[in-house]
Amino acid sequence: MIITSTEDTIAAIATPPGNGAISIIRVSGSQTFEIADQIFLGQIKLSDAPTHTIHYGRILDHPDELVDDVLVSVFRNPHSYTGEDCVEINTHGSPIIQKKIIDLLVHSGARLAEPGEFTKRAFLNNRIDLAQAEAVIDLINASTDASLRGARNQLDGLLSKKIGFLKNNLVNAISLVEIGLDFAEEDIEFIEYKELLERIETVSGEIEKLLASYSFGKIIKDGVNVAIIGKPNVGKSSLLNYLLKESRAIVSSIPGTTRDIIREEISINGILFRLFDTAGIRITQNEIEKEGVARSREAIKNSDIIILMNDAVQEYSGDLLNEISSFVEKHKIISVINKIDLIENRDCFKNNIGISAKTGEGINHLLDSLSKAALKHSNYSEKSAIVSNTRHYQCLKNANDSLENAKESIINSYSGEFISVDIRSAITNLSEIIGEVTTEDILKNIFQKFCIGK
Amino acid sequence: MRNFDIIVVGGGHAGIEAAVSAASMGCSVALVTMDKYAMGRMSCNPAIGGTAKGHLVREIDALGGAMGKIADKTGIQFRMLNKSKGPAVWSPRCQSDRGLYSAEALKFVSSVENLDIVEDSVMEILSENNSIIGIYAKKEGFIKSAAVILSSGTFLNGLMHTGLKATVGGRFGEKPATGITESLERLGFKSGRLKTGTPPRLRKDSINWDLLEEQPGDYAPQPFSHFTPIDEFPYLKQVSCYITHTDERVHKILEKGFDRSPMFTGLIKGIGPRYCPSIEDKIARFKDKKEHQLFLEPEGLESDIIYLNGFSTSLPSDIQYEALKKIKGLENAEMIRPGYAVEYDFFPPHQVDLTLETKLIKGLYFAGQINGTSGYEEAAAQGLVAGINAAAKIKHLPEFVLKRSEAYIGVLIDDLVNKSTYEPYRMFTSRAEHRLLLRQDNADLRLLEYGFNYGLIPSEIYEEVRKRKEFITNNIELCGNFKISAKDINPLLSSKGLSEVDSSETVSKLCKRPELSLAEILNSMNGSAPQWFEQLKKDLLSLTQVEIEVKYEGYIKRQNDMIKKLERYEDSRIPLTLNYLNLKALSSEAREKLNKVKPRSIGQASRISGITPSDISILLVYLKN
Repeated sequence: MIITSTEDTIAAIATPPGNGAISIIRVSGSQTFEIADQIFLGQIKLSDAPTHTIHYGRILDHPDELVDDVLVSVFRNPHSYTGEDCVEINTHGSPIIQKKIIDLLVHSGARLAEPGEFTKRAFLNNRIDLAQAEAVIDLINASTDASLRGARNQLDGLLSKKIGFLKNNLVNAISLVEIGLDFAEEDIEFIEYKELLERIETVSGEIEKLLASYSFGKIIKDGVNVAIIGKPNVGKSSLLNYLLKESRAIVSSIPGTTRDIIREEISINGILFRLFDTAGIRITQNEIEKEGVARSREAIKNSDIIILMNDAVQEYSGDLLNEISSFVEKHKIISVINKIDLIENRDCFKNNIGISAKTGEGINHLLDSLSKAALKHSNYSEKSAIVSNTRHYQCLKNANDSLENAKESIINSYSGEFISVDIRSAITNLSEIIGEVTTEDILKNIFQKFCIGK
Repeated sequence: MRNFDIIVVGGGHAGIEAAVSAASMGCSVALVTMDKYAMGRMSCNPAIGGTAKGHLVREIDALGGAMGKIADKTGIQFRMLNKSKGPAVWSPRCQSDRGLYSAEALKFVSSVENLDIVEDSVMEILSENNSIIGIYAKKEGFIKSAAVILSSGTFLNGLMHTGLKATVGGRFGEKPATGITESLERLGFKSGRLKTGTPPRLRKDSINWDLLEEQPGDYAPQPFSHFTPIDEFPYLKQVSCYITHTDERVHKILEKGFDRSPMFTGLIKGIGPRYCPSIEDKIARFKDKKEHQLFLEPEGLESDIIYLNGFSTSLPSDIQYEALKKIKGLENAEMIRPGYAVEYDFFPPHQVDLTLETKLIKGLYFAGQINGTSGYEEAAAQGLVAGINAAAKIKHLPEFVLKRSEAYIGVLIDDLVNKSTYEPYRMFTSRAEHRLLLRQDNADLRLLEYGFNYGLIPSEIYEEVRKRKEFITNNIELCGNFKISAKDINPLLSSKGLSEVDSSETVSKLCKRPELSLAEILNSMNGSAPQWFEQLKKDLLSLTQVEIEVKYEGYIKRQNDMIKKLERYEDSRIPLTLNYLNLKALSSEAREKLNKVKPRSIGQASRISGITPSDISILLVYLKN
């Protein structure tokens, strides 16, 4: 057995690869200062520098050859991201410099960090809990304001606190059940079933709220998939292009040229929308198009919202609506009529949104509708504890199922030891979210998702 | 100079089981006690069993222990507690004839081959190179042995308190054991101090019985022991207990004595049991409770002593007496002996391994109150485990460690070793996460095989239980497969006002309806029942087992699912040689605790008090590399 993995000092480039103004190399572990001092020459030794200070100096290669001028930030344990001694070397953003410095660090005794290892250490050193560690991934991947705020709140422990609170409530309830069993013959009062049921219902009510926040949480974290469908030539690509204000999709008037699915991302009110322009759904003999048609069906199925597009010039046809209605829920569909700039009479739209991808008319109306459709009627905001992580959702769901079983036992007046089984199980499920019950799998699964340097 | 395989120090409930099991396994055993007539003497209430404790007695019995047999012989009231609850928390309890219990214990121990009772005081535990070589006793001098089991109860530096008066002693009228603690401390053991208490004893004839509520025993009493012939049971005449209550007047008088209480004035340094508090503790802690329930328990058939259960106290005797007089039924009560508290030394149990062998000295075992437990049953369970392990080591047999999933005994020892304890440890059903499986009714099915493997259970009995187990398993399976026709079952359902079924239904599914018993369901099959069911109907013992397993299948399954999740690491072994002090990533508290306990598996490590999930993650990371 080798006892190394959290003993040794790790190093990695923490900024994206490639050229940039600056780049940061992060080093963490008990040997951090010794290692950094071997390659760094400044006013003072980093080993002597107080925590949370920045030092100008030079990184020198072995025969005292200058590699780069750098700024080094010093963090002493436990006041660092990882909870260990830590330095961050700010270099000029050149891949060659980065590589040289990393090589020097490794040569001086550091080891290249594995993906997520810095955050893993923060978790292992009790700096953050599991839900917070997961929030770090979300924070890094956040692409809109709302997702950033949501991840930030989870990192700050909003969800952890909520789960901890619910868990405590259950622990309190179960303690009363247990007292009733262990002291049945003694004169200690225990909980009445009516009160127990109320307590459990309160907790499961809260869990249900969290569960309901999942769709919202997922939306602000992962964004919304929107498929734009319509017969050939109704202007799907034009709409996409208008939205992106750039010509990435091929726009032409020959039916059936958009064979590939084109994907673009836009942000509306802080929410990420992933737009797919699909090949027009229609039966075709063309072999290449057949493939495109199959792919659009798939894209439609996986979409959260479907923009069904018709054009104001052609006669309105319900065929396409009928066709997709067979595999898409109705509430997901937003019906749009394009090219309204070409006609005079606009009364015929009724439940449809009239737009012009050419002039921009009606586009704001469409964006509002998209925004509303994405958030449905949820009253959540990213400021409340919300669930955006599939693992959390599953744990909460299991906890709630257990509480349902417990409720049933209470209603059927089963004895406390049976009720206890399911409450205990709910407690275990909640604990799993914040990592108080960790299994190797969960740990592995979580830390795999990190990129190197975090 | 005398020489034995094993020396057992102390003739209490732990000492008896240790000596009897080790001797039955073929070791020569000396049981050293200051007074052999105090064998198995009940220091506190004259009762065996109770919630969770009753489970322990049944388990001890299934492993071939003595306690259940002695209790059956000398019980004067038997009750199954928690009958209104599910079968997993039913617990047998009996009132014992205190004098007869002790006499029967001596008779039992005396009848065991290879077992010598030595009346002496142990002065010192002797070891060489961290291995036991024997003891030094006051009269006999050096007695040599390969193993020593220390089960000295509350006698180590025992100090009894009544009011501000303190007397040395381990039990009323008995001397303490001095020297052993000091001898162990010299070997490097850490000791602590605990306290327990006992209520006043009253004269039977001085009580106004007519004013009190009677609590009779069960109509059809059940023995503790699997081996007690049911047609001879109960052996003794059965009697009742009586119930009364304190009131605010009584509490007022008791409060007057608080300034002379050794508890409240700080005279008693030891920590008392939270779960079995003294009456002054109850008044101080539960201020809004206007009354407390008291039980008047007879100490024996011939005895004129009544034990006032629930009134354990160390207040001055004049206060005790004055308060008693205000209790309903006790207006003229005569107090034979006041209540007192006893303080004693114990050795925080992280110092022993799961075999109860100490980590410091090979061949030295601790069992019973010395490990910080309270209660006869907890003590006996440890005595049995220590006895079997000490003998197994000498006989080169595998060590005897029960899992938490197998027995309350496993839970008890695992808790002691991992959580250590700083207050007297008492068993509760809630401590057993496998509670639905660890029932008093299936102790033999769970454990008898171990008793047989260590030579403590005769083969013909083992064979019988093995067959029964198989029969039960087959029947459980059949219940899941065999369907009863709607025609057969509907008359029963409608007679009970239950909804009828449209098509045939499995026995298992019907049995899960709370209103139906398995016997009723089986009887509703008009001659169409398979052979196994016909046999099952006649075998009440097996019928009950099948019914419980089938009825609560869903719960048992869910319980197991949850445990499986938590116990994935039971089999991830940690080398005992691992030096945690080198694992710098662990907090210093975790390093120290892990080094103290030296857990055998990640699962065990996770149960050590103060060990956090992140400590476990760190250990996992280490072990993986």
